[in-house]
Amino acid sequence: MIFIDIVLIVGVLLLAWVSLSGDNLFRSIVLFISLGLLVTIGWARLGAVDVAIAEAAIGAGITGALLLASWRRLRSPETPTNKVADRKPGGVNVQ
Amino acid sequence: MFSEWGRTEIVAAPVKFAGAVGVMALTLTLIIIVVTSGNPASGLQAEVAENLSRSGVENPVTAVLLNFRSYDTLLEIAVLFLVVVALAPLSGKVSPTERTLQPSTTADLPAVDPMLRGFAGWLAPVVLVVAGYLLWVGAYAPGGAFQAGALLAGAGILVMLVLRQPLDFTHSAARLALVVGLSVFVLAALALLLTNGALLGYPEAYAAALILVIEAAATVSIAAALLLMFDNLARTPEKAL
Repeated sequence: MIFIDIVLIVGVLLLAWVSLSGDNLFRSIVLFISLGLLVTIGWARLGAVDVAIAEAAIGAGITGALLLASWRRLRSPETPTNKVADRKPGGVNVQ
Repeated sequence: MFSEWGRTEIVAAPVKFAGAVGVMALTLTLIIIVVTSGNPASGLQAEVAENLSRSGVENPVTAVLLNFRSYDTLLEIAVLFLVVVALAPLSGKVSPTERTLQPSTTADLPAVDPMLRGFAGWLAPVVLVVAGYLLWVGAYAPGGAFQAGALLAGAGILVMLVLRQPLDFTHSAARLALVVGLSVFVLAALALLLTNGALLGYPEAYAAALILVIEAAATVSIAAALLLMFDNLARTPEKAL
């Protein structure tokens, strides 16, 4: 069992570091969700099952969805006249 | 655009590295101190175990959250309500030209992925049942209102991704869902204050029922609040601040 714990600890630290570094924002978000999953298993290993369920639902699920929604809005930057009539068709506005 | 972020160096790399090493050394020292201190703090486990039979539930976590320290949970629900108050003006009635979760131009509207649609159709009712189960089983096993509410919100997000309709959170049903958690909790607290003399002092015979009612209301509110947050983020920039 100690092996699993060591893998969890190393995995959490590694995922956190890789998620924060790097250029690709989408990749960071996906790695953050994976980090939430590993932390869930960590909580379960510590015997705090209530916290594990909450971490899985909120930390990985809701926060992941919120981050991805934010990422999607960041892709089309807001201009001063951000009206539909001024936008050009196609993917010109998308980063 | 984001490729520049990694190269914007306000602090030089060696300073960052030294800072990271210093923080890790401090963390490691603290961990070693805590682990080898020889007396793991048991907290109030003994007292909680003693009074568990009087709390109305069998799960010590729920007993602490909803009975012994229910005032803290009340304040947590109030904080969540503050977030709702902050976000609510941005999720009002939508104009016909506004869409959620879709590109701003109507020219390129891809259909909803059929696999997502089918999967969501199967998954959303299952998640609903599991959320109800988590709410009920919180009295006997790990579970409870926050977990059930977050799971409900997840199902709601899934449905929103498929339906692609902006939700009107000024509708009376939505307003009711957003306030019912805090209202039920505060009303229960006031009623108990008036009858028992103690704020949130449950009479032992009704503790289990009271906890279930408060948790059910809190579940609905938590789910509605999280859905409000997601709806805010998912709106197209036309409606942003």
